[in-house]
Amino acid sequence: MTGRRLAEGGLVDRARTLAFTFDGRRYEGLEGDTLASALLAQGVCLFGRSFKYHRPRGVLAAGVEEPNALVAVGDAGGRFEPNTRATDVFLYDGLEAVSQNRWPGLAVDLGAANQWIAPFIPAGFYYKTFLGGPKLWLFYERFIRRAAGLGAPPRAADADAYEHRAAFCDVLVVGAGPAGLAAAEAAAASGARVILVEQDRRLGGSLLRDPATVRGRDALTWAGEVKDRVVAAGGLVLTRTTAAGYWDHNLVTLNERRVEPGQSPVGDGPAQRLWRVRAQRVVLATGAIERPLLFAGNDRPGVMLSNAVRTYVQRFGILPGRRVVIATCTDDAYLTALAILDAGGEVAAVLDSRPASDNALIRRVGERAPVLFGAQPVKAQRGRGGVSALDAVVEGAPRRFACDLVAVSGGFTPVVHLHMQAGGGLRFDPSCGAFVPADPRQGQISVGAAAGHDGLARGLEAGWTVGAEAARATGATGDPGPTPGASPSIEASTAGAAYDAAVGVNLKTAFVDLQNDVTAADVDLAWREGYRSVEHLKRYTTLGMATDQGKTSNLLGLARLAAAEGRPMEAVGLTTFRPPYTPVTLGALAGEAVGEHLAPLRLGPLHDLHLERSALWQPSGYWTRPRAFPAPGESLSDAALREARAVRTTAGMTDVSTLAKFEIAGPDAALFLERVCATTVARLAVGRGRYTFMLREDGFVIDDGTVWRIGDQRYLLTSSTGGADRMSAHLSYVRRILAPELSLAVADVQEHWAAAALAGPRAREILAGCLEGEPPRHMAATAGQVAGVPVRIVAASYSGERAFEIYAPAPAMAPVWRTLSAAVEAAGGALYGLEALELLRIEKGHVEVGAEIDGRRTPGDLGLARMLNPAGGYVGAACLARPALQAAGRHALVGLEADGPIPEGAMLVARAGAPPEGHVSSAGLRLTGDGGVALGLLAGGLDRRGERLLATSPTRGRSVAVTVVEPHFHDPAGDRYRD
Amino acid sequence: MLLIPCPHCGPRALAEFTFERPVESIVPLDASTEAAVAHLYTRENPRGPSWELWRHAYGCRAWLRIQRDTATHAILATEPMERRP
Repeated sequence: MTGRRLAEGGLVDRARTLAFTFDGRRYEGLEGDTLASALLAQGVCLFGRSFKYHRPRGVLAAGVEEPNALVAVGDAGGRFEPNTRATDVFLYDGLEAVSQNRWPGLAVDLGAANQWIAPFIPAGFYYKTFLGGPKLWLFYERFIRRAAGLGAPPRAADADAYEHRAAFCDVLVVGAGPAGLAAAEAAAASGARVILVEQDRRLGGSLLRDPATVRGRDALTWAGEVKDRVVAAGGLVLTRTTAAGYWDHNLVTLNERRVEPGQSPVGDGPAQRLWRVRAQRVVLATGAIERPLLFAGNDRPGVMLSNAVRTYVQRFGILPGRRVVIATCTDDAYLTALAILDAGGEVAAVLDSRPASDNALIRRVGERAPVLFGAQPVKAQRGRGGVSALDAVVEGAPRRFACDLVAVSGGFTPVVHLHMQAGGGLRFDPSCGAFVPADPRQGQISVGAAAGHDGLARGLEAGWTVGAEAARATGATGDPGPTPGASPSIEASTAGAAYDAAVGVNLKTAFVDLQNDVTAADVDLAWREGYRSVEHLKRYTTLGMATDQGKTSNLLGLARLAAAEGRPMEAVGLTTFRPPYTPVTLGALAGEAVGEHLAPLRLGPLHDLHLERSALWQPSGYWTRPRAFPAPGESLSDAALREARAVRTTAGMTDVSTLAKFEIAGPDAALFLERVCATTVARLAVGRGRYTFMLREDGFVIDDGTVWRIGDQRYLLTSSTGGADRMSAHLSYVRRILAPELSLAVADVQEHWAAAALAGPRAREILAGCLEGEPPRHMAATAGQVAGVPVRIVAASYSGERAFEIYAPAPAMAPVWRTLSAAVEAAGGALYGLEALELLRIEKGHVEVGAEIDGRRTPGDLGLARMLNPAGGYVGAACLARPALQAAGRHALVGLEADGPIPEGAMLVARAGAPPEGHVSSAGLRLTGDGGVALGLLAGGLDRRGERLLATSPTRGRSVAVTVVEPHFHDPAGDRYRD
Repeated sequence: MLLIPCPHCGPRALAEFTFERPVESIVPLDASTEAAVAHLYTRENPRGPSWELWRHAYGCRAWLRIQRDTATHAILATEPMERRP
């Protein structure tokens, strides 16, 4: 195949030359070219190497259905897109592209050796090889990884910005071919707001390939007028925009490419946009894709789809080959013959697989080139640049035709992807040998070639009618006027189908799926091995699983399967259609939510103060909290130890502002709390509080915290930071759904109150020095003032030392914090962060949400059973009574001690190799003394006090001997803070 | 992306709502153990219209009963959760 640019013709701008490189060589193309057309014009025939066999491949198609010419476009500096179809990249100055899947180069590829072992690597070979156990697998994996995959990933961070947009319209029209343009024009003329999207750079669809007149003027001029009409009616026309997915309730996602792959956007704009369009009505004018034919060597460079050849001639002004053989089962391919002849090429023969027929078009071609009926291709002979001849059988007799280009037409498959994603059925249309849309579930309407409509006039009329109807259905009342009259240059039918290979075709090189190297022999193999369902055929052979998702191959495979089964194609069915229709880059899906913008960042009210102290930060959900306050040069672990020891010996202060807090008020406030919490609450006197915990309705502990009676009918409930949003929803659920008869109000005050926890032997004295008012006794609540700011103070200990939580309104907390921290540090204490807090609470033996409270533990498992409200009635009470949740031998809370640190998360086993009987849920250190301590959950719990076990972590390669003890390592009786 | 008609706010996108649970899985506070287990674990899972508890969490925050067709995602009815007097 030796292509060349014609002296004239085509829609390219011959005045504007663009320079680009392919595999390091410089080429020139014209404005309006795709990368594929520019390379074809320069005589390039080799575009890539196939996935498995590394067979040389050229270009099959002219659109997004291209399976072969996959290249990597862009530079190494952050704009690099692998697996790009060369037919779907519009040329720009400075484009850099490289071929894929070949080493060292396209022309000489060592991977081609795979063809010699082809008998051993048919479809599914990997299900029968690479056996022999896990160690051998790790050896095989090295080679498989290198061989698998197509294309290389980008190495640099994506330099592009992406945007998401939402839009609403009356009528969304997908596809700006003749049917889509007619629909958009009718809808806009009726007064509807239309969004018209087209994946190509230009409007027109098949009109770009086959000139015609519409409304008495050049079709492409009419297309421009349609765009103006749509915009004038308040609508939007988007080119280079693919409708990627059709979702529920007429939501369609569009992928708009503002620049080509590898191209920098002008200014700061995004490279791509992802639109979410909610339309009242959707019209699908997505066209049809031509099918190849099955014959040996049908994958060679120089074998192209017939309407692609015509596109290269008419749209791009290129003759892709000098001497062309056309193999067809449709009339449409005869138009290709005429196009070649008019461009000065030679048509060696038109091989029509149908019985002899006669019409104006066939006669016209027959006057200028040999037309043979009952003719089927058998083998494409290898030659320089791809093809040197085509062997065929003509009415039983073998013939050979010398040629350098084979244009094939196996029929047209309507593009039903979006219709199927929207939910709908299909009907088999025998005239096109393919499925057309039926039973739309969301009112989506397909029109034109996408609906199996044959011919320009039919498509225009159907589009016009559908567009007007869609507009009326949305309430538009304008009169659209008359249907556009059309005259194509020549009418040609697209009906026809040819799925069978001729007798004698070597099926091992008759490719069905070109991108995944699936041959007709592979389809037959799958059938023989018992894979009878079309879904199994797909997964076993990987037919239709490549980046082209079987656009040119699904029906060929299905037809072959149906023939093997002896059933009609409609009985066998198709595989599921899933978005996106064509590949969408991940950046477009992420939009603006990358880097810092991936998730909201919630900053506490004292964030700046912690910044001043060079806190190390810990993400906690969306919050960020201080992990430690290291001195200059101090490591995290040293800082945490120092801070924790300061709390044990003197005093420390930490920021607990992010705790969940709720104020509950009203006559039934206590009753409500006894529904939410599993402990008693109503018995609290005013000014007193208690530890409490909450169950999920299946009886497992879900959160814990404290509850304080701060008024006669007023309570403050606190619970964990991580569970705050969940607890807020839960309170609302109990309030509104489970106990709506209760009279109370709930206020979520998590962000209204900041809080500091001041803990240590000297905490009371330090607080008293700063407080106007009296520090509360243990488990009591008072009010007072610090630094002139009204505060509420509760006395509860999480760390195991006497401790106070000081609450102030968040905007007013800073002076409170400054005053208290100055006093703490003056007394020899320290600020402490989450790391030290962990060490303190583990040594004390307090359970924590996420570690011990992991959603699988009952109150009894955690040693909290004695606190349960004997009256019941709380969420979870009913399921807690299930026998399995009360049984002996459950995983229950234990303490573990060892000579050194215990690995957190380690499994607890009797000895090495024994089955796990529990795990280490929280690991810490002895703060006053040596050795490691931990909390764990162990089958049988404290019944196994004194046992020696192994805490083993195979993934970290660590194993530590531990002893089971009571889960308290510091002041078990609480003498340090009880009054 | 379902379009859900909130009785207070009109048609809004799914992203504004949270699906909570099927209505029949709500366990009353006074349920017996057997009834609670039945509510939670032995439920119908109809292919077709099904009543569900949703919340317009990022809108008016109302608790809603929504009848949704589990096969087609059609929203057949939306109503606020009744408050018992």
